[in-house]
Amino acid sequence: MIKALTGNYAVAWAVRLSRVKVVAAYPITPQTTMVEKLAEFIDKGEMDAKMIRVDSEFSALAATWGAAASGVRSFTATSSHGLLYMHEMLWWVAGSRIPLVMAVATRTIGPPWNIWTDHSDIMDQRDTGWIIMMAEHNQEVLDTIIQLYRVTEDPRVFLPGIVGLDAFILTHTTEPVDVPEQYVVDSYLPERRQPYVMSIKEPITMGNIPSSLKDNMKMRWDIHTSMLRAKEVIEEADREWSKLTGRSYGGLIECYRCEDAKAYIVGMGAWVGDMREAVDMLRDEGYDFGLIKIRFIRPFPDDRIAKILGNSKLCLVFDRSVSAGSAGPLYLDLAANMYRLGIRTHIINVLAGLTGLDVRSDEIAYVSRKLYEMIERGEEVKGIVWYFGGDELWL
Amino acid sequence: MVVSLKSLPKEKYILPGNAACPGCPEALGLRYVGMALGRRAILVIPAGCTSVIQGLAPGSALNLPVLNVPFASADAVASGIAVAKEIIGEDAVVVVWAGDGATADIGFGPLSGAAERNDNIIHICVDNEAYMNTGIQRSSLTPYGAWTTTTWAGKKEGKKELPLIMIAHKVPYVATASVAFPTDFIQKLRRAASIKGFKYIHLHAPCPVGWRFDPSKTIEVARLAVETGMWILFEAERGKVKISPFSKPYADKKRRKPIIEYLKLQGRFKGISDEDIKVIEKMVDEAWEILLKLAT
Repeated sequence: MIKALTGNYAVAWAVRLSRVKVVAAYPITPQTTMVEKLAEFIDKGEMDAKMIRVDSEFSALAATWGAAASGVRSFTATSSHGLLYMHEMLWWVAGSRIPLVMAVATRTIGPPWNIWTDHSDIMDQRDTGWIIMMAEHNQEVLDTIIQLYRVTEDPRVFLPGIVGLDAFILTHTTEPVDVPEQYVVDSYLPERRQPYVMSIKEPITMGNIPSSLKDNMKMRWDIHTSMLRAKEVIEEADREWSKLTGRSYGGLIECYRCEDAKAYIVGMGAWVGDMREAVDMLRDEGYDFGLIKIRFIRPFPDDRIAKILGNSKLCLVFDRSVSAGSAGPLYLDLAANMYRLGIRTHIINVLAGLTGLDVRSDEIAYVSRKLYEMIERGEEVKGIVWYFGGDELWL
Repeated sequence: MVVSLKSLPKEKYILPGNAACPGCPEALGLRYVGMALGRRAILVIPAGCTSVIQGLAPGSALNLPVLNVPFASADAVASGIAVAKEIIGEDAVVVVWAGDGATADIGFGPLSGAAERNDNIIHICVDNEAYMNTGIQRSSLTPYGAWTTTTWAGKKEGKKELPLIMIAHKVPYVATASVAFPTDFIQKLRRAASIKGFKYIHLHAPCPVGWRFDPSKTIEVARLAVETGMWILFEAERGKVKISPFSKPYADKKRRKPIIEYLKLQGRFKGISDEDIKVIEKMVDEAWEILLKLAT
């Protein structure tokens, strides 16, 4: 059924349809209406779940994990400073191999206080062992939360997962969203599976000091390997969902007008919509641009990107956050992996849209056109450029 | 319900060969928790000495389900477990086994949150009065005058009144206990397990390593804490305080042993001045005064 839903309500519907049993959360703008909606579903008896109204984000993830470790499907959601406050728990949850799903309303980090979107919060979590996905629109938000319950609870994976949606641009913007029938989701999501359950039936111990650091390091290897296996599971989840609903997003990445492209824009999150328009403009002008939309930052879709960039001449990676003193984290991941896979192309990092500074489609086209021409003319372009809107491009 | 030692289960829940120091009060306390709750217990253990006492993975000296958790997170994790167990319909007693640091300092926010929500868990604060696992640094539950590796001249502040703070949360059950009085502790654990909601038990646990006394004297020191009135055993159901039998005589100040008898066994109070002893005496009198007021 088509409903007019904000990104946050799409999250709530996905959680409801996934038959989540425990929700624990702490309010932070702009995540709040996700949890408010879930509280309403639960209080009205439309959703058979319990809500733990915790005292902090740290407690939110701790309680969500406690419930998940005890054998029930669980969910939490946060944003920005809340996500940073949870950071220690993110490592612990992934290390425990207990699957659960979290929504992150991606928002910048202070100071100064600022509630608008960028990717500083979510990119700060990329080493924690969580599967991390960024959505472009509200339909994708709903679909991917459901998919991630399937992926995270798959024995080939057994890792927690995040669906990121840009603050306000998705969280508070209403779009038509096809909400699947319950039976569709029920036929898609198997019964919950997890590696172990904390229970009085079995005196197991999770997390005591290891006798062998070699074993401990192998646990890290296993998280890494499971993450790599998750690539296939994610693609599979996308295909299966498509069979039921007709909606596919290409799995780890989605390509737009890539067929005969020689130059690429790479981005993730809501502004991918603007990037599509920018590519259309550039194509109309005769520039051979295509778009690579990164859906999953973890596991990183290295081989799929490499296949596309193999015969390209230019790749512009748009980052909405920066690792100060180095470069944008998406660029760093992409450049390092392309080098490792033997891909030699001109990769430039465009730092834009940080702290919520709006970037329009014509501005993305402007930056892309300008850099394209400089490269064509053989002018020297530093690997990292900052763009502040208008013609303010700091080369 | 009075507990007799003979009636206690013989099954061991903390196994021999664990990694506790000689004379460790936490190992004693864990044994009593096993005796009191048996197979119904799920333990949530934040960073602390018991992280070590369990021994090395893949083995474990604890014959109970144990979830080791980040330092500040224990009560929130326990809330999640308790809610899930209620949904599943599993008759588990979810127990947070946390030190004084994890209870009164770093984990205090989540503790207060779980208490305010009245989540169905038992929080046991096993109080050895400093950060022993990291090497005897002061906590907010280190007593006045005590030496630690971060208070070389003796702590200048008194002990945070955690049991009273928990009573002020209006939780259904708060109690204090001591490793020297196992029957009292076990009885309180069983009482707590029979009540739905948030339960808090504060277990006084003298640490030979951190308090600088001979490992053979753990029980003696713990008992003296009660006999000098320094540690008061009581329970409070729905805020109504009842002094426990082992502490009752010491409501009368005249019957208390001199505080110096407790202090002199411990190297951490070595060289404490008469003036400081007077300060401690005054603190003890005040603590009794408050409790007796609450008990009437």
